[in-house]
Amino acid sequence: MEIPQLHPDACVGVQAHRAKKELLAPLGLSPELPPDWREKALCKFDELLKQRRSLSLYLDICVRCGACADKCPFFLGTGDPKNMPVARAELLRKVYRRHFTVAGKVAGSLAAGEELTDTVLQEWFTYFYQCSECRRCAVFCPFGVDTAEITMAAREVMASIGVAPKYVTEVIKKAHETGNNIGIPEAAWIDSCRFLEEELKEQTGLDIKVPVNQAGAEVLLVPPSADVFVNTDTMMGYARFFHAAGITWTTSSYASEAANFGMFLNYDQLKKVNRRMLDAAGQLGVKRLVMGECGHAWRAAQAFMDTLNGPVDFLEPPCPEHILELAARYIRAGRLKLNKSANDGLTVTYHDPCNLARAGGLLEEPREILHAVVNDFREMPADTIREKTFCCGAGAGLLTDELMPTRMKGAKPRMEAFRTTGATHLAVPCAICKAQFPVAFKHYGVDAQVVGVMDLLGKAIVL
Amino acid sequence: MAAVTLAGKQFEVDEDGFMLDVAQWTPEVAIGLAKSEGIDALTDDHWKVINYLRGYYQKFNVAPPVRMVCKETGFSLKRIYELFSTGPAKGACKLAGLPKPTGCI
Repeated sequence: MEIPQLHPDACVGVQAHRAKKELLAPLGLSPELPPDWREKALCKFDELLKQRRSLSLYLDICVRCGACADKCPFFLGTGDPKNMPVARAELLRKVYRRHFTVAGKVAGSLAAGEELTDTVLQEWFTYFYQCSECRRCAVFCPFGVDTAEITMAAREVMASIGVAPKYVTEVIKKAHETGNNIGIPEAAWIDSCRFLEEELKEQTGLDIKVPVNQAGAEVLLVPPSADVFVNTDTMMGYARFFHAAGITWTTSSYASEAANFGMFLNYDQLKKVNRRMLDAAGQLGVKRLVMGECGHAWRAAQAFMDTLNGPVDFLEPPCPEHILELAARYIRAGRLKLNKSANDGLTVTYHDPCNLARAGGLLEEPREILHAVVNDFREMPADTIREKTFCCGAGAGLLTDELMPTRMKGAKPRMEAFRTTGATHLAVPCAICKAQFPVAFKHYGVDAQVVGVMDLLGKAIVL
Repeated sequence: MAAVTLAGKQFEVDEDGFMLDVAQWTPEVAIGLAKSEGIDALTDDHWKVINYLRGYYQKFNVAPPVRMVCKETGFSLKRIYELFSTGPAKGACKLAGLPKPTGCI
């Protein structure tokens, strides 16, 4: 993709709505900016540096080679130099140098250190919420600096002094209150699943279950709640698959959300939100935990669950397993009867969600499934897929209306790659991407539809 | 919090113009909010969606799944987007006085 002209401060005015005390206090965060916020923020920063050796390493070893600069979809889309990963990280690094290095403590700004001022805090809130923690920059860094970890630390420091987005905190609060991000209470969850069973009956003539709180089922499936609210073809795709595979399964009204917005705020919430699905699995007595079509949910569960809430020794391995791994396993073993022509007329390409592909290693399974269920499947350019995939533009808590200008610019590299395929359908196993792409298609004048991988599999399964 | 005056009465709304107190909703509120969604006049089809959303919310304390809205009103998703250009989870919920649905939607 072409390197854009620089547009300094192009995005400085685009900020998330700030959370107020009614959202901050329930999450154990400072209900407002305390008078001694600088000291408190630096204290938190110090705590994180001591807790995470990787953080101080990433802050120390960057040599500013610039290899990451033109790899970030938000820089490519906005041209704002502070969206170059190296420059965004510098916003935190300069405070790190001032307060946590010998040179900075002695020589201050002569050592390129900077005080944590109101202006710096504003810059942090702007630019660390124009990073989707997609980690594409890290793929190209010769030192392996994971800029997303720097973003996560900056967000955690800000949250500790009550500076956090309304969107992210509201979603976490709902997850604690109702078990899911949308705020679907148990009665509505049950009603919605019954409704989908009726839809499946109409479509197939069969009694295909969408179970809730079924004790003793083999599998607890944790889908993003968006699969019940809006991406219902994906939810029915899971149901068709489990029915055809002969696996007993259930959802849980207590842990009715795969997504974990704690990852976008702090480790405390990441841990608490994740804990719910383990508690549900224990209470229901299931044997295995399977994650639905959500990108960062996979990273939170696969990469963090065992460290934060483990050891998870009461569930059978692989734990967790992704629904696409499970489905690919059944296809490989010849245990599903498939009719590819059910998806004829569709030209399909695949978007790798960052957290499934780069962070979670799910590169082959979705492709195995798509090759098995679609006759016309084609890839986007090689430097935009698999571990080099471009973010949809809305990950990590950016999927909120007030950030729309940033979201649309961040989607630009993906939209350009998509256009080269001539596809009519973009298959994507992530609820955030599924919400973002239709808006981006409209914005960029692309005539195409978004579809889940399990939607396509569900249609191709001969029941 | 921002406030809007509709039908001579003040209502508190959030940053996106959604009512903070569902209980304060009256049909005049929907009529008053329609302009903010680019709707000149509310038709019977608009009211069918609004009334369905309100009925479901009163029962379940959440907006209904989009597929259910289509099924119960008999409108295709395309038709609902013609009625409410920002869609069932945004414009339609706003006019029905429901809180803005959040999450990965």
